[in-house]
Amino acid sequence: MNSLGRLRLDLELVADQVFPGSRVLDLGCGPGTLLAHLMQAKGCTGTGVEINPDSVLAAIRRGVPVLDRRVEDALADIADDAYDTVVLSRTLQSMLAPEYVLTQMARVAERLIVSVPNFGYYPNRLRLLRGRMPVSKEIPYAWYDTPNLRFTTLADLEDLFARLNLIVDRRFTYTQTGRRLRMYGSAANLLAGAAVYVLRPTR
Amino acid sequence: MSAAAAGDSVGLTQTQTVRLFTSGQPLRLEGGDALGPVDVAYETYGTLNADASNAVYLCHALTGDAHAAGWHAGDRRPGWWDNLIGPGRPLDTNRFFVICSNLLGGCQGTTGPGSVSPLTNAPYGMDFPLLDMADFVAVHRALLAHLGVTRLLVALGGSLGGMQVLQWALTHPEDMAHATIVAASSRLTAQNIAFSAVARRAITDDPDFHDGEYAALGTNPDTGLSIARMMAHITYLSEEAFTEKFGRSSQFEESRRGFGVDFAVESYLDHQGQVFLERFDALSYLYLSRVMDYFDPFSRPDALAALAASPVRTMVLSFDSDWRFSTAHSLRIVRRLENARVPVTFRELKSPYGHDSFLLENPVYHATLRAWFDRALEVGP
Repeated sequence: MNSLGRLRLDLELVADQVFPGSRVLDLGCGPGTLLAHLMQAKGCTGTGVEINPDSVLAAIRRGVPVLDRRVEDALADIADDAYDTVVLSRTLQSMLAPEYVLTQMARVAERLIVSVPNFGYYPNRLRLLRGRMPVSKEIPYAWYDTPNLRFTTLADLEDLFARLNLIVDRRFTYTQTGRRLRMYGSAANLLAGAAVYVLRPTR
Repeated sequence: MSAAAAGDSVGLTQTQTVRLFTSGQPLRLEGGDALGPVDVAYETYGTLNADASNAVYLCHALTGDAHAAGWHAGDRRPGWWDNLIGPGRPLDTNRFFVICSNLLGGCQGTTGPGSVSPLTNAPYGMDFPLLDMADFVAVHRALLAHLGVTRLLVALGGSLGGMQVLQWALTHPEDMAHATIVAASSRLTAQNIAFSAVARRAITDDPDFHDGEYAALGTNPDTGLSIARMMAHITYLSEEAFTEKFGRSSQFEESRRGFGVDFAVESYLDHQGQVFLERFDALSYLYLSRVMDYFDPFSRPDALAALAASPVRTMVLSFDSDWRFSTAHSLRIVRRLENARVPVTFRELKSPYGHDSFLLENPVYHATLRAWFDRALEVGP
């Protein structure tokens, strides 16, 4: 049950971006690993939102406040600026209305942390060139059973951020195996398996 | 639905009674009146541990009583929440100390309108003062003090029981570490009040009601009380539950067309109304249901101040087929608490059985409660 030191690599990166003592909303919180870690190690408070029944049960068992609701519905009920940081960890791609979700996130917190798999990662492009839909460690599903509804490259996603007036404060990219890439600019769109963005709404 | 619950029963239990307030030291009611003596009927299961850190308080619903678990000698049914309480059950009595009391205004051992007034030596009747949710809580707190519990590990209740837990957490958050509010409401809707109004009218318009003096006159508004129960019972079940249980089947081998009982559901409701007369008092029904109508704790501007300052881990549960207190009621509570930064967990559980689902042994529901209670025990009060 102890989550300390056992965070998934991208969660560790996300956790590093959360200030101690802040109030965190974790959308798609899974079994509450990140929030439990933040509560325990950084004195944070917060709420998780999750819809997978086993994950909800696990979050309850480890003492993480969790709302068993669709992310869109939970967000709609949260007041403006109710949180310091809102996290969307590998969930955006499974949202039917990602634009709405990002807009709502910008409404409820002044700091957004979004982690996404990169559809533009070059092995994905190669698979597609060979006439096959990408299946990788980051996107480990066949097209017919994937929970992912919205595939985006980092470049496309950054266009949407710009359109929603979300400023990219920081961007972390890493390879499929979780190794950090010290990479800036557009090369990451080709070489990064996934990315974590720290965003700030312009208000 | 009636399958034997997992785990073991707590076995034979007995209801005890304690006088918590007297004529000399009466209970000060929210409405300003003083009430004494106040006797409270309660049961406990399991053992309070040395540092009194494993206490769980159960608040019962409108027509419940102190007998939540186990068996009374000669009874055909166990206590009303028996499937939850006992060795190996979610409220494992090897680990938890569970307290359940009959609420103020009730008729199952705790002082209510049917009790004898010290002033007249006759039953209070309609002279019994109007009650408030806060009065139920005041009496629960007095019982806790009597039992030597300063802080609850968990307070838990369904329906009106959940409303008591909400009131308690809002006004005395220091009393508990975890609040568990199931199938409840912070504010009855016009439809809810309408159902209550018709139930009360059935009672008060019964010629045997005699302005509440029926006990002194040796009568009882049986017709009105059973109709009130029949109607309320319809709201406790879902349409699907009625369909599954009865469909349009006839009560008899051959249909008896006419205005008497013919469909099985009619006979069932009739039976529900009749057995209710054996265990419930009409005046208690009026007084307790009226408390629900007036309950609206968030309407006070400072409603959340105490709880926000001393947060209680709260879990709010609803059932998707409950149309008496639908999920919208629970989400209103969740919104208020979340907005006040109270740690709140919410689940809407799937169940075809309507409002009554909170008393049934639904696997996901019980797993959720089990995870919640186990975590509570881990972190302590």
